[in-house]
Amino acid sequence: MTEDTKFHHGDAAADVAPIVEMKNIEKHFGNIIALAGVSFDVKPGECHCLLGDNGAGKSTFIKTMSGVHKPTKGEIFFEGKPLHFDTPRDAMEAGIATVFQDLAMIPLMSVTRNFFMGREPTKGKGLMKRFDVEQANDVCMEEMRKMGINLRGPDQAVGTLSGGERQTVAIARAVYFGAKILILDEPTSALGVRQTSNVLATIDKVRSQGVGVVFISHNVRHALAVGDRFTVLNRGKTLGTATRGEITPEQLQDLMAGGQEMAELEGSLGGTV
Amino acid sequence: MSDSAQVAGDERVKKEPFMTKLMKRPELGAMAGVVLVVIFFAITADDSMFTLAGIMNFMTPAAQLGILAIGAALLMIGGEFDLSIGSMVAFAGLFFGVCVVTWQLPLIVAIPMTFIFAAFVGAINGNIVIRSGLPSFIVTLAFLFILRGLSLVGLKAATGGSTQLRGVRDVVENDWLAPFFSGEAFGGLFTWLAEKGMIDTFKSGAPKVPGIPVEILWFIVLALAATYVLLRTPAGNWIFASGGDSTAASNSGVPVNRVKVSLFMLTACCAALVAIITVIDAGSTDARRGFQKEFEAIIAAVIGGCLLTGGYGSAIGAFFGAIIFGMVVIGLTYTDFDQDWFQVFLGAMLLIAVLFNNAIRKRVTGER
Repeated sequence: MTEDTKFHHGDAAADVAPIVEMKNIEKHFGNIIALAGVSFDVKPGECHCLLGDNGAGKSTFIKTMSGVHKPTKGEIFFEGKPLHFDTPRDAMEAGIATVFQDLAMIPLMSVTRNFFMGREPTKGKGLMKRFDVEQANDVCMEEMRKMGINLRGPDQAVGTLSGGERQTVAIARAVYFGAKILILDEPTSALGVRQTSNVLATIDKVRSQGVGVVFISHNVRHALAVGDRFTVLNRGKTLGTATRGEITPEQLQDLMAGGQEMAELEGSLGGTV
Repeated sequence: MSDSAQVAGDERVKKEPFMTKLMKRPELGAMAGVVLVVIFFAITADDSMFTLAGIMNFMTPAAQLGILAIGAALLMIGGEFDLSIGSMVAFAGLFFGVCVVTWQLPLIVAIPMTFIFAAFVGAINGNIVIRSGLPSFIVTLAFLFILRGLSLVGLKAATGGSTQLRGVRDVVENDWLAPFFSGEAFGGLFTWLAEKGMIDTFKSGAPKVPGIPVEILWFIVLALAATYVLLRTPAGNWIFASGGDSTAASNSGVPVNRVKVSLFMLTACCAALVAIITVIDAGSTDARRGFQKEFEAIIAAVIGGCLLTGGYGSAIGAFFGAIIFGMVVIGLTYTDFDQDWFQVFLGAMLLIAVLFNNAIRKRVTGER
C-alpha cells in the first residue's frame, strides 16, 4: 500500500526548518480539556497528515492553527519566530490558509467571482477604480488549468462543478493568494473514488510548489496515499509522529482507535475495519 | 488526463449555443416580458400609446417605481428584503415637507438632510436585522407599520390635524435646485425638435412633450450605475457573495455586515429620492404616499430575475420589470379593458416570473 502509490513524495529532509511549529498546545473550554499537549510541525513541500477519530481534537487543533481559537497554553513558532494570531485574518495574512469542509464557495456565482471573492483585483483610480474582470478571468482559467481542470469558461457557475472540482478551486485559490501552509479539513470525506484521487493529485501538485500541506483525515488509506509524515491525535494528545514507510496502515488504524479496543473489535469483525 | 488533451479542451463539453448563453442572463425574463407586453398593447391599445407623449406617460410611473425597484433589487441580491420602502416614501416625504415648508430651508440643505435622514432610518433597519439575526422580512414588516404610523402622526402634528402638508410648490418654485428634481429636462432640445417638425406639436407650435420628465433620467442613471457597481466593482462581487452565502463570504474576507447595512441605507435613499421628486411635483406631501409600493418594487425586482433567496439578479432586470409595470398600469387605459385587470395581471406576472427564475437557477447551478 505504501509503496505502489503513483505520487512522487516530497522528501521532507530532516534538516529543513519547519514553517510552522506548534509545541505542547493545550486548549481548554471551561472545564473541558480539548487539547492536552499537542506538538506538530509542517515543513515546506511536505504533506503532513493529522489523523484521529471523531472527537480526538482534530478540529480544535486546526482552528488553533488557523487563528480561530487562541491556545490556553503552548507556543506557536512561524518561520522560527514566536507568533500569536488574534483573528483568522492574521493567520491568513501570515500565509496559513484553511480550506474548511464547506469550502466557502457560492454555487450561484461564477468560478472567477468565487476565486477572487473578498480579494478582487482592481484597476483605475478613485471613482474609476473597478473590478478588473479580464485579468481575473485570465488568472482564474490559468490557475485552474495548472490544477488540471478545464473550465467551460470563467463565467461557469461553481454549482455546476463536481465536489472534487470545487475542492480543487478552493485549494487553487488558497495557493494563488500566497499560502505557505495549506490546511485541508477532511477534503476527501464526502467524495467518490474518482474525485478523491483528483483531490489527492491536487495535493501532490501543491506540495511540489513548496507549500506545506496539513491533511486532516480519518481515512488511513487516503492519508497514506499522499502523506509524508503522519501524526495521530487521540483524546487530545499526540501519540507521536511517524515518517512514511515506518508505519503500516494497521498500526496507524490501531493508534487512531486507541489500540486495545480496536484489536478486540477486529477480532469479532474478522479484520474488515 | 494527458497534457495534450488539456490544451485541446475538455472533449466532454459541447459548444454552448448562443441561445443557451442568453438564457443564463438573469434579466432575460424581464426583457422577454417587455417584448410580450409591447406586442399585446400594439394589438389592443389605441395607437396614441406608442407616440412620444404616450411613452412619456407610461414611463413616468415606471420610473418612480423603478427607482425603488433598483434599490430593492440590489438589496435582494444582497440577500435581504425591505418591506418598509413604501412607508419610507411617505416618511421621507413628511421630513422633506417639514424641512421646506415649516422650517423654510432651501433645497440645497433640505435635500441632503432628507437623504441623511432616510439613510439613518435604513441603517437602523439594517442593524436590527444584522444584530438580531432575525429575517429582514419580519423586521422591515414592523417598520412598514411604524413608519406609516409615524408619517400620519407627524403630518397631523405639523399641520394641526391634516394628513396632507401643502404649500411645497410655492416655497421651492424659484429654488435653483428644483429643476433637478421636478419638471422636464432638455426642454430646449424638444422645442428645437418641434420647430424642425420632428415631433408632434400643439396648434400654438409648442411641442406636445415639453421634455423628458426628470424622474426618467434619474431612473436610467440609477439603473446604469447599479449595473456598473454589480458587474464591474469589488463591491458588486461582495453584494452577490453576501446574498449567496453570508458565512462563506465572511470567511473569504467580505465585510458582509457592512455590505448589508449599506444596502439598507441605499434602499431607504431610493425611497427618499422618490419622495422628493413626487412631493415637489405634487406640491404637497401625503401620508398615503408610497402605499404598497414595497410590494410593487419587490415584484418588479423579481420579474427582473432576482431570486427571493438572494445572490442572483440584475439591476437592468429590475429596470425592465418596472417598465412592464408602468406599461400595464397606464396601457390598460388605452384599451377597452377594465382597469382592474391590472391586479390580475400583476399576480400572474409575478407567478410566471418566479417559476421562470427557479428554472433558470437550476440551469445555472446545474441542479437536476
